[in-house]
Amino acid sequence: MSKIKTFPIGGIHPDKHKITTDSPVVFAGLPEVVTIPVKQHIGAPAKILVKPGDKVKVGTLIADADGIVSSDVHSSVSGEVVKVEAVEGGVGYVEDMITVKVEGDEFEPSIDRSPNISREIPFSADQIVAKIREGGIVGMGGAGYPTPVKTTVPEGKKIDTLILNGIECEPFLTADDRLMTEKSEQLVIGAKLLNKALGIQNAIIAVDENKPQAIAALEAVTKTYVGVNVQVCATKYPQGGEKQLITAITGREVPSGRLPADAGCLVQNVGTVFAIYEMVMKNKPLFERIVTVSGDACLHPANYLVRIGTPVSWLIEQAGGLTPETSQVVLGGPMMGTAAFNINAPITKLTSGVLLLSDNLVARRPEAECIRCGKCVAACPMGLQPYLIGWLMHDHRIDELKNTHVLDCIECGCCAYTCPAHIPLLDYCKLSKMELRKKN
Amino acid sequence: MLKITTAPHLQTSQDIRGIMRDVLIALLPAAAAGVLVFGINALVVVLTSVAACAAVEYAANRWWFKKGNTVTDLSALVTGMLLGFNLPSSMPLWMILIGAFAAIVPAKLCYGGLGKNIFNPALVGRVFLFISFPVQMTHWPIPQFMHIFNFDAQTAATPLNILKHLKQGSQAVLPSISDMFLGNTGGCIGEVSVLALLFGFGWLLWRRIISWRIPIFYVGTVFAVTGVLWLITGDIRYHPVIHVFSGGLMLGAIFMATDYATSPMTMRGQLIFAVGCGILTAVIRLCGTYPEGVSFAILIMNAFVPLIDKFVEPRYYGQRR
Repeated sequence: MSKIKTFPIGGIHPDKHKITTDSPVVFAGLPEVVTIPVKQHIGAPAKILVKPGDKVKVGTLIADADGIVSSDVHSSVSGEVVKVEAVEGGVGYVEDMITVKVEGDEFEPSIDRSPNISREIPFSADQIVAKIREGGIVGMGGAGYPTPVKTTVPEGKKIDTLILNGIECEPFLTADDRLMTEKSEQLVIGAKLLNKALGIQNAIIAVDENKPQAIAALEAVTKTYVGVNVQVCATKYPQGGEKQLITAITGREVPSGRLPADAGCLVQNVGTVFAIYEMVMKNKPLFERIVTVSGDACLHPANYLVRIGTPVSWLIEQAGGLTPETSQVVLGGPMMGTAAFNINAPITKLTSGVLLLSDNLVARRPEAECIRCGKCVAACPMGLQPYLIGWLMHDHRIDELKNTHVLDCIECGCCAYTCPAHIPLLDYCKLSKMELRKKN
Repeated sequence: MLKITTAPHLQTSQDIRGIMRDVLIALLPAAAAGVLVFGINALVVVLTSVAACAAVEYAANRWWFKKGNTVTDLSALVTGMLLGFNLPSSMPLWMILIGAFAAIVPAKLCYGGLGKNIFNPALVGRVFLFISFPVQMTHWPIPQFMHIFNFDAQTAATPLNILKHLKQGSQAVLPSISDMFLGNTGGCIGEVSVLALLFGFGWLLWRRIISWRIPIFYVGTVFAVTGVLWLITGDIRYHPVIHVFSGGLMLGAIFMATDYATSPMTMRGQLIFAVGCGILTAVIRLCGTYPEGVSFAILIMNAFVPLIDKFVEPRYYGQRR
């Protein structure tokens, strides 16, 4: 095993709470209805192809990508479309969603459901990218950027390093951990597919140190695959941030306001890479994902394989239900996830976790005045000065904010986490970015 | 009812009161050493100082500044403890009250309270007393290890005093290095035992209250400056080990130069600050009229902190090297 790597500036060590590390992924089951949003990605909402009364199967295309930066959406169940209307999503935005009443579980015949692993790659680079586009695959780490766009190397750029992001530095979440442990060979084949699409020979799978099972499983598989290597990274938050990971692995930095391709890198979340394998080799579009249901107020924490569109509340019932101690339901990780506004909202392609957290963890403590301890400055992985940003934003000194590089903020929340005066520094950073963008 | 808040949904368990409590704990070994060396008087002086600072902060905030009770954040107790540490054990108690007032009201509350002050409150109190009562502030009771109830009027010179008044080439009658390390020398209550202060340093590091940078660079700079002079001249007055182990250097470097409010925010700024403190300490000790320079050095560098914070930025990610 080579040296453990990490990013050089900032970072924090929140409690891990990885309750479900040893829980194998289980199929959550089929709810009575699923509600599938047509926008589960960055970019334009997909164009709806179905109307109430239509019969769909698992994997049927129900909404078509509208333009380049958009993504296909497939049905995750078989049954009848009952509603196509705007519904309130998990964080409170009203979006177009397609509601399907579940009848049986019939798959599209093109989907290869055999458990065998397909190892031979008969496709060309263009065919692979086209398949990724057909599969409705988006960045499943949380950003939701359409994957075909990301895998198309921009004109004049050269990518020489492919990094598979298996860093799951958010507390509680274990979806990627279990995926790497259970589907390690499929992941490695997925990496080879991306290699072919990009025209390069190597891939690095980055895993953080606190996942010994995943590391062992991947190292066993990569022995037989030339060019795919496992790189262990330190357990530190936000190790899985794209920029932080690139710097940890290659020592390069992504210039301010530019893309990873400018540093010669492409970073893909392992969940995305697995989805690529399934689409390209098994013809299975992205209609299900692994979701960690956990939290200190969760009765039966587990890792579930969940059909997209399953109501969050239904999934919570499978894990023991909404306990009275639950004070907040978080979609995603506790550091960067969003508090659920509406728990009847659906699981999307981007929902990596559903966390039931009690007041012991989420109660915001009263804000005090800054004591100038400098912990936020030391914690910021982008080398910013959050206290200064907070102070300027508080006083509404927008012009001076420009010099703080706040637009480079990755919103990881290290500053707000670490502040002993409990000042909502990340809120100030987000407000600052909004104000600056409004001005430009 | 579910709560809706913005990310991050987790917060550190550390808070201001907890930090101050940890600093108080870190100061306990040095307090114990002071009492062992200087007797029960030392305890009375420190407790008076702590009580006075707390009382002054409470009273001033209540009746003058009309702010709530801020004594509960424990920062006034830290100031009181540090002020007491910076006094000789024979200090008349009524003078301590004046020192506590100077430390809390003009140096801290007038600026707006904790985090807003420019100068270290305890050091302002000490220097105020030093200028106002120079005789009492340089009256050093003789160290009598373990004779806690012995009230001897005899005095002893501090190691730095001995060095200061040493004629070039003459033989020094200095306490041994091990006495200086353990604390069996004349001096202020809290500064004498390097060992006890290092225990406190260890606690602060372990609890992640401070980083090692300011103390190490401060002490390192003093060691380097005096060391170079010592190597060139061979004069014992420049002996680096004596300079590091004597006077208020350890107390100042570990507990006062690291004061959050009065030290720079960025890593680079902290290095500049620490090296500046080190150079000024050496210069004042070697060239000034006073044998001791830590208080003045830190206060002078405190004045530069806003400037350092304005002009010394951290290297941000993606910045051109």
